[in-house]
Amino acid sequence: MAPRGYHVARGLRPWGRVQTGDQLVARPRFVDEIATLVHASRAGGLTSLCTGLGRSYGDSALNQGQTVIDMSRLDRVLAFDAVNGVLRAEAGLGLSDVITRIVPHGWFLPTTPGTRFVTLGGAVANDVHGKNHGRAGTFGASVRRIGLWRSDRGEVEISPDLTPELFCATVGGLGLTGAILWVEIQLARIGSSRLDVETIPFGNLDQFLQIALESEAGHEHTVAWVDCSSRGPGFGRGVFTRANWRDDGPLTVHTDRRRLTLPVDLPGFALNGLSLAALNALIHARQTTRPRREICHYAQAFYPLDAIGAWNRLYGPRGFFQFQCVTPLGAGMQPVADLLAAISAVGQGSFLVVLKTFGERASPGLLSFPRRGVTLAIDVANRGERTLALLSRLDRIVMAAGGRLYPAKDGRMPPAMFRAGYPELPRFIGQIDPAFSSSFWRRMCHD
Amino acid sequence: MTEPKPSERVCILGAGSAMAEHTARLLAARGARLALVARNSTRLRSIAADLSARGAGAVVERCVDFADLNDPDALLDSVSLALGGLDAVLIFYGDLGDQTVAESDTAEAARLLNVNFLSAATLSLAAAARLEASDFPRPVLLCIGSVAGDRGRASNFIYGAAKGGLAVLYQGLQHRFALKRLAVRAVVIKAGFVDTPMTAAFAKGGPLWARPEAVARTIVAAMEKGGPVIYAPWFWRWIMLIIRLLPQSLMNRLNL
Repeated sequence: MAPRGYHVARGLRPWGRVQTGDQLVARPRFVDEIATLVHASRAGGLTSLCTGLGRSYGDSALNQGQTVIDMSRLDRVLAFDAVNGVLRAEAGLGLSDVITRIVPHGWFLPTTPGTRFVTLGGAVANDVHGKNHGRAGTFGASVRRIGLWRSDRGEVEISPDLTPELFCATVGGLGLTGAILWVEIQLARIGSSRLDVETIPFGNLDQFLQIALESEAGHEHTVAWVDCSSRGPGFGRGVFTRANWRDDGPLTVHTDRRRLTLPVDLPGFALNGLSLAALNALIHARQTTRPRREICHYAQAFYPLDAIGAWNRLYGPRGFFQFQCVTPLGAGMQPVADLLAAISAVGQGSFLVVLKTFGERASPGLLSFPRRGVTLAIDVANRGERTLALLSRLDRIVMAAGGRLYPAKDGRMPPAMFRAGYPELPRFIGQIDPAFSSSFWRRMCHD
Repeated sequence: MTEPKPSERVCILGAGSAMAEHTARLLAARGARLALVARNSTRLRSIAADLSARGAGAVVERCVDFADLNDPDALLDSVSLALGGLDAVLIFYGDLGDQTVAESDTAEAARLLNVNFLSAATLSLAAAARLEASDFPRPVLLCIGSVAGDRGRASNFIYGAAKGGLAVLYQGLQHRFALKRLAVRAVVIKAGFVDTPMTAAFAKGGPLWARPEAVARTIVAAMEKGGPVIYAPWFWRWIMLIIRLLPQSLMNRLNL
């Protein structure tokens, strides 16, 4: 029997589609319902977790066998100051909706992840980052205030100056410090909805780092794609993309109408080593014949994958893992080279290998992922034990370099690696709301 | 900014419902002036803030418990005064209740009949008189009915009786407007299964379940043309045609 207000949802999967399980789900429309829902859950001996649009890859937004509060119907703008660029909105409002409401007034998100289909609450709880990390820092760096409901304190307004400890635990806190009800952010001025985008080929990883560091001063947005299939002399080649906002108008918004949505899982063989090598080579041939400059709309520059609905189904019914690590700058490119070598050695390529440098700005959250260094993100199709063995090898390389993994993308890192990567964990634990938990958290802390 | 179209001064009764809020969002996006009437003032405030941010020309809030509405005329007068006139009145509130409780408890049955029919009907009659006097091109009076009102069924006939009665009232109002050769229209939206908090207790996800956003688009289209009876989504028209045509002998063997 589900607690009042919840219904049973069977077989829910996160974005990576590997984990599955039953949860009790509630979909409130008003913030005053949260307290009732959490108390009902607690009365049944269960913990709660607030979730958004389901873009977390692994188990960080799952609460298997327990209750989940789907916040996506709490999607109201509570205040928008179009003169100073300050927006306060309920936590379930998607970034896509935020953007369509602010762009016509000449504002944009301070930073944005690679998909616009995440909620404000999710962006805070995972302290997401974007291609402009060097300039803007993480999403949390632009958060002015948060409305947080806690089972032990009720609704509290938190901010970096008034409640520093609870604020830095909540930013990047994976939804464990209570229910994020609303978020107030400082937006960034734009003079156009388009960007000047420059694409530069590089032949190896050292060249990547050189271009990346050179680009930090003059380019707001930087990211690189690496060909994970090439070995030998082509090893570590790729394309570097850097971009700046234009300032000559116009201010046109995107549309969420999609041209293509994958209605079903593709069969697993669609992604074998051969087809990936072909795909990587094709992209490479098209993009790297010469440096290229073009003007792109922000939707094309920031959210290319959002044009394809449910692209996660490309990886077949068994799903995929995303492995995203950051290694300190002091370790140079050697850890990345080792990671790429380990990946290409097993011939289990991946669609996307993304490489970028994180800037100097310290992340506000105790569990924020970004830190100064090089971050690499790889999608790996789930082929069972073989894949887990590969990922364990990658873990060891990251650990040896003093790096860490991104919880929002993880579904299997060993607890010891989490503890080693996040030294502020004990401070964070002191701020957890006892009524909240997640599958990820139980896996990390064995409660 | 251009002046809002005259047909855009809208009173939304039961503004806290999911269908009402999504309808209001569509109207706000084109600059409508909105009066929101609902029971819960805190919730109303968050809805109103959002609609203002979405571009509503004005947002007026009124707190009212429709189960205990003594003077519908006074309510509509105050709203009309605040908006500078009234071009559309949309009635969204309703209470599905619990059929089994209402069958054994006449007070509960009376409460359901009151909020779903009596209150809505008197408000509609008061609104009809005002809209008839309106000099705007296409005034409209619209309420949310239900497919439950099309044929009495054991599972929900008390709620169904109220909604069925409301639909007859709207047909009659439409007939009156037509005979008087007035531009004002009366429309009842017969909603099927809509995924809203009102139906939270049901298992959902089948092809018959509609999202409130989709029904809101039907409602906004119905404010322009069609009626007096519009099914939402459209296929319910054909489902209910079949249900209505079932012989009673067959109906008696079905658990609907």
